[in-house]
Amino acid sequence: MSGIPHDHYEPKANWEKGLAKRLPIVGLIYDTIMIPTPKNLNWMWIWGIVLTFCLVMQIITGVILVMHYTPHVDMAFASVEHIMRNVNGGWAIRYIHQNGASLFFVAVYLHIFRGLYYGSYKAPREITWIIGMLIYVLMMGTAFMGYVLPWGQMSFWGATVITGLFGAIPFIGEGIQTWLLGGPAVDNATLNRFLSLHYLLPFVILGMVVLHIWAFHTTGNNNPTGVEVRRTSKKEAEADTLPFWPYFVIKDLFALAVILVAFFAIVGFMPNYLGHPDNYIEANPMVTPAHIVPEWYFLPFYAVLRAFDSEVWIVIFFNFISGGIIDAAFFGVVAMFGAIVVMALAPWLDTSSVRSGRYRPMFKWWFWLFIVNFFVLMWVGARPAEGIYPYIALIGSAYWFAYFLVILPLLGVIEKPLPQPETIEEDFNAHYGKDDGTGGSSAAAPTPAE
Amino acid sequence: MAHVENGSETRRNFLYIATAGFGTVTAGAAVWPLVDQMNPSADVQAASQIRVDVSDVPVGTQLTVLFLGKPVFIRHRTEEEIADARSVDVADLTIDAMSRNENNPDTDASDENRSMIDFSGNNTGEWLLMEGVCTHLGCVPIGEGAGDFGGWFCPCHGSHYDTSGRIRRGPAPENLPIPLAEFVDETTILLG
Amino acid sequence: MFAKLAKSTLVAAAMTVAAAPAFAAGGAGYVENYNFSWQGPFGRFDQNQLQRGLQVYTEVCAGCHGLQYVPLRTLADEGGPGLTEDEVRAYIDQNFIEVWDDDLQDWRTATPNDHFPGSMLENAPDLSLMAKARTGFSGPYGLGITPLFNGLGGPEYIASLLTHYTGTEREEFGAVLYGNETFSGGYIAMAPPLWDDAVEYNDGTEATVEQMALDVSAFLMWTAEPHLMARKQMGFTAIIMLGILSVLLYLTNKQLWAPVKARAKGESSPAE
Repeated sequence: MSGIPHDHYEPKANWEKGLAKRLPIVGLIYDTIMIPTPKNLNWMWIWGIVLTFCLVMQIITGVILVMHYTPHVDMAFASVEHIMRNVNGGWAIRYIHQNGASLFFVAVYLHIFRGLYYGSYKAPREITWIIGMLIYVLMMGTAFMGYVLPWGQMSFWGATVITGLFGAIPFIGEGIQTWLLGGPAVDNATLNRFLSLHYLLPFVILGMVVLHIWAFHTTGNNNPTGVEVRRTSKKEAEADTLPFWPYFVIKDLFALAVILVAFFAIVGFMPNYLGHPDNYIEANPMVTPAHIVPEWYFLPFYAVLRAFDSEVWIVIFFNFISGGIIDAAFFGVVAMFGAIVVMALAPWLDTSSVRSGRYRPMFKWWFWLFIVNFFVLMWVGARPAEGIYPYIALIGSAYWFAYFLVILPLLGVIEKPLPQPETIEEDFNAHYGKDDGTGGSSAAAPTPAE
Repeated sequence: MAHVENGSETRRNFLYIATAGFGTVTAGAAVWPLVDQMNPSADVQAASQIRVDVSDVPVGTQLTVLFLGKPVFIRHRTEEEIADARSVDVADLTIDAMSRNENNPDTDASDENRSMIDFSGNNTGEWLLMEGVCTHLGCVPIGEGAGDFGGWFCPCHGSHYDTSGRIRRGPAPENLPIPLAEFVDETTILLG
Repeated sequence: MFAKLAKSTLVAAAMTVAAAPAFAAGGAGYVENYNFSWQGPFGRFDQNQLQRGLQVYTEVCAGCHGLQYVPLRTLADEGGPGLTEDEVRAYIDQNFIEVWDDDLQDWRTATPNDHFPGSMLENAPDLSLMAKARTGFSGPYGLGITPLFNGLGGPEYIASLLTHYTGTEREEFGAVLYGNETFSGGYIAMAPPLWDDAVEYNDGTEATVEQMALDVSAFLMWTAEPHLMARKQMGFTAIIMLGILSVLLYLTNKQLWAPVKARAKGESSPAE
């Protein structure tokens, strides 16, 4: 499947041959599980398994929660309390689902950062990247609608504010917002459709995940060197790769078990740390909480949204040339969605011929600044929009766009990359060939990213 | 594991089996809560016992309470009804001669085995408590002396029950079942 | 290998910490970091304290506030105040707890399967989840690091609020507000509810204001999180099992890769 030469499934017994003739499912599974995988993958290549696990865990716990949940504005909050108090182990399932969303996003961000550092988005893996970005957007939509379901204060007001974003679109915005909500404000109709979509979208994500895996199984995995697996002969390919089972499955499962220890420490001992206390107050359309803060995984984009107020020159400029149609609210919405769009366009914005950041001395600095900036935006997104915070948010947002729109295109032209290893085998042998573990050559030495 | 070479075979195999075994145990431990959550929740379990105050039920009337989603008849029988019920010979109960009383399992269907024992421990036959669900196809029988035997009559397919709730004629196969119940004071019945 | 893993974990941990946005809100004033019996990984509810807290709640708070999400029968649950079922019925009788019955279209005496009554006053919030709906500790600078050490501080907030009235009063729109160091804004509509010996404890504990405040905070922590002890137990079980599994998988992984890495060592000379 991958274009990397390798052994395929050969049906032996008669029933195997018979089945393969009618439904070649065993061969499909075999080729997927035994896919040749670059043997130099480091510990940043574990997040795929973690994400798959999260998706399955969220679907299972979610299906269970729906068995006990009542989607009605008068009963939703009480039914969640029913789950927490009366259902056998309901509190555990609900806390796992609630914190599972956070684990999901920790993993997806690290997975994306991995892709950004090692150039996993570059040709020929653009489609894998685009599908991944779509999954990420679907995840955000799913998480947002899921957060509304407990019908706490933050559920209600979060839904009000986020759907209000659509209302900021000129001319058609109000119509769209009313259509989304099923009425003039967040109410029973909204709650019901959000439950329906919150239940549906994970299965759409599941389908997209299959496409995501299919796509990178076709191109082959990227790896920390960014050097492609040799495909000229099976012998060379086998020198660069190992089958996914058991080498990477066991490695990934080990990482997953360690991560789950941390996860259950949070679920067992501080399950509400990542939540907002206001969501333990039933939704009240008459009283707005003092600060409306989205869940942490939305904060960087929330910061971008709020960064562009009506005093920022670029907002004033666009407001002027559009004759007032583009106001600060709309500009903020465009900026927020634009932040994701520019990330999705990374394959075409990055002009460097070198894939992995390991061999890009200048890129490294800008990349790590990008990561730091991400956390700054996350932090500032939760601060009140006053004092110095809007300025920090503005600078952070500017850097986010500059990274994709200016730095990535320019670096490819001005940067002089370091020498790359010829083959994955060379990198692997250089790394494990010496006892001191510092690696054989400077090129293959562990970089800060590992 | 075809790719593994050399090394101590037994130790390696033990490690692999231990890992696989413990992984299975962990996964199994995670599955149990997912199954158990479908069992009745605490509020439903708590509803499996209710207290019924019968101080306001005069002789010759019936109180119907909803218990576990089904009607339960609590009949304060008249002297006449008691006498009627107790005069029946068990041998005449051709359809079902068992008491069907969870408080008196495996006893015959004489009225003494079906009527309730009051708080002071006497079985005067004054109180008859049973599930109001026809044993044929689950309809709710009509009371107040309906049917040919002065007890209950199921309108769905014409089953006749006597004043002790025993099936006497019609398609129903069994006497009306009696759930666990007892007097916890002079006028309160604990059901369940 | 571990160094790399540690770094990834660190980034993940940084994400989790940076993730604690909640604490930007709050706006609470002074909250004292009281010690409660259930804190720490091995902490448990103190049954006597929960019973005292129930008494304070019943005799003082219940006049205005409610506990509409808490079923009365749970007073008899394991890990809670641990009343017997007869005591729960006696509690209902003694306090004349009635509920509205939709079928009867009338009030009737509550059964253990009914919930505590809701709030009596429009502006007295329901207390069922108060210990989780408020936080006492946040920051610094919205980083959410303090709660990692002190906990979120819901019960501490309640206890502090009850014990930190300043004694000053202020009138606003015809209503009297009472000075309070803990309440956000410094003035609260609730008059100081506790005074020394406001209740007479059945177990003979001296009923100081602080004692009562701590007891009722503990009780409200239980109403907000009745399965707290079971939750910690699950956390322990999961961590131990996954910990063992991690070690086994680590060893398996090492074993599995050993020949591959040994071969790499053999071929490490640059000439291939």
